[in-house]
Amino acid sequence: MIIEIKNLTKTFTNGKLETRVLKGIDLSVRAGEFVAIMGKSGAGKSTLMYQMSLLDEPTTGEILVEGVDVLKLSNKAKTKFRLDKLGYVFQDYALVPELTAGENIMVPLLMKGLSQTEAKKKAQGALRSVGLDGKENNRPSQLSGGEQQRVSIARAICEDPQILFADEPTANLDSASGSNIIEVLRDINKKGQTIVMVTHEKEYTLYCDRIVHLADGKIVSEEKLK
Amino acid sequence: MLKALRVGWFIGIRQIKRANVWTTSLIIFIMMLTFLNLVGVSGILVGLIEGSVKANREQYSGNVLLTTPKGESYIENSNYILQTINNTPEVRAYTARYLDSATVEANYRTRRDPNALRDSIGAQIAGIDPVKEDQVVHLATYVVEGEYLLPGEDQYVLVGANMIQRYISDFGEGFDTLDDIFPGTKIRLTSGEKTKEYTVKGIVDSKVDQTSFRIFMTEAEFIRFFDRTNLNINEVAVLGQESVSEDGLKNIFLRSGFAEVAKVQTSNEAIPQFLNDIKLAFGLLGNIIGMIGIIVASITIFIIIFINAVTRRKYIGIMKAIGIEARSIKWAYIFQSIFYALSGAVLGLIILYAVMVPAFNAHPIDFPFSDGILVAPINDVMFKFVLLLVVTLIAGYIPASMIIRKNTLDSILGR
Repeated sequence: MIIEIKNLTKTFTNGKLETRVLKGIDLSVRAGEFVAIMGKSGAGKSTLMYQMSLLDEPTTGEILVEGVDVLKLSNKAKTKFRLDKLGYVFQDYALVPELTAGENIMVPLLMKGLSQTEAKKKAQGALRSVGLDGKENNRPSQLSGGEQQRVSIARAICEDPQILFADEPTANLDSASGSNIIEVLRDINKKGQTIVMVTHEKEYTLYCDRIVHLADGKIVSEEKLK
Repeated sequence: MLKALRVGWFIGIRQIKRANVWTTSLIIFIMMLTFLNLVGVSGILVGLIEGSVKANREQYSGNVLLTTPKGESYIENSNYILQTINNTPEVRAYTARYLDSATVEANYRTRRDPNALRDSIGAQIAGIDPVKEDQVVHLATYVVEGEYLLPGEDQYVLVGANMIQRYISDFGEGFDTLDDIFPGTKIRLTSGEKTKEYTVKGIVDSKVDQTSFRIFMTEAEFIRFFDRTNLNINEVAVLGQESVSEDGLKNIFLRSGFAEVAKVQTSNEAIPQFLNDIKLAFGLLGNIIGMIGIIVASITIFIIIFINAVTRRKYIGIMKAIGIEARSIKWAYIFQSIFYALSGAVLGLIILYAVMVPAFNAHPIDFPFSDGILVAPINDVMFKFVLLLVVTLIAGYIPASMIIRKNTLDSILGR
């Protein structure tokens, strides 16, 4: 298993008010699997993904990624772990507006120690792989929503992550662009990339191996598609 | 560390390049004004006094001034002193002065009532070699009416402007002055029982009192008028060669035993003590004003970087999420702070040395006691340059750290 989650809980505290968002989640993801986490708004699907992807810390529980107990890592080590092992696609693309499409992809590569020339070459390749060849000098504001999301995917995959997390990657896109993004993710998955995607749109789970249904902070069902 | 720096530079430089040009220009303009405030205010305040010191050196004392010791009437053994000075290779030029007091009377030819108050004042008379005096202190330059004294013109005198009513009317009634003195006017000098009439050849006006409160005549006429039986002088102003410092020249004279018969002072020592005190006080005042400027600059940078970082909090969170080290992001903001400070300070330096200093030198501020210049010694300016950079670096680091320290997810979600 590439991800193993055991008895994961998350409680938000606001003064005396406590809100239990995740109530004992047990979940495993195999390497190369394309898993969709679905549920209604407030079900806890994004919160679950944030815990799995080391962007947040659960209240209790255990998360093993490639056998590493990631909750025991320091903040610095977590940042390094995210850089080396994980990729992210956010709902609103999350591109740095001052950087061009190519530069947005280059930044994590430079952080990994690549030279600017190497990073640029790799960024161009990543853009090509998501169908944005020649758009490396465009700023995010000069790209459509779908194109921005593809840049975001290119940034995530060009680091060759072990796991790609996608948080509602189609939410801000029209139907055609959304389908296009899902196809891009499918193509990546076909090459062996593990993907965990949060979505609330059933039509975009077409290429997934498995759908995990969440309700009220608990896994209520799992649906195997393949 | 190097990797973090490299990524910080990569992000920072692009954020600067792609920021709004007008905003960036405004920030740089503020930093430039801050820098000029830092060096300019203290520079002008010190320059007020420095102008006075400079005028004193150029118009009165030269590099080293020898004066009559307290309680003595003149510098004894003057012949030895002058010969030694003349034979010192470090000396470029010198002028010796004879000094004594006399009563000066004007308008006596037109006074009808013998009981009316005489138009007379007490004055210091200086006997000079007009050529040497002009070589050392450029006295001819300060002749504002009439002409300069020539050697052998024993019937003529130059009158200091501060003894003439129309030149110092702004000072009120504090000084006794002479009325209606113009080139060609006859005045009468009285010393003891001796009275003699002279023609005013020129009027000298300078911001150095020793020039503007004196009457100058040729040394030969001085000796005659005051019946000097010895040739001992009262003052020598010496100009040194470029290669020798004032202290160096003074030490040469001290080694020659001048201190036994004369008071030997460099030009800085020869200025009145109150000027030195004011110089220190103005320097301190300038530094206080400059420090206020530094605080304002650091707050400005703090606010700029804080707003910049707060508005980009989401992107900071995203960068952290995708594995960019916090210190790389901090470096990006620090580079921006340094860029603003460096650009402003460099622009300020250019304006300071290419525009302000030459402009102040060419057109000093006309103060009653000095020609105010802008004093901007390079070591002091560079210290303030570095100080501004360090302060803005810290002012950029703190808000960047504050924002970057926030939880990654909270930053992304804007919580």
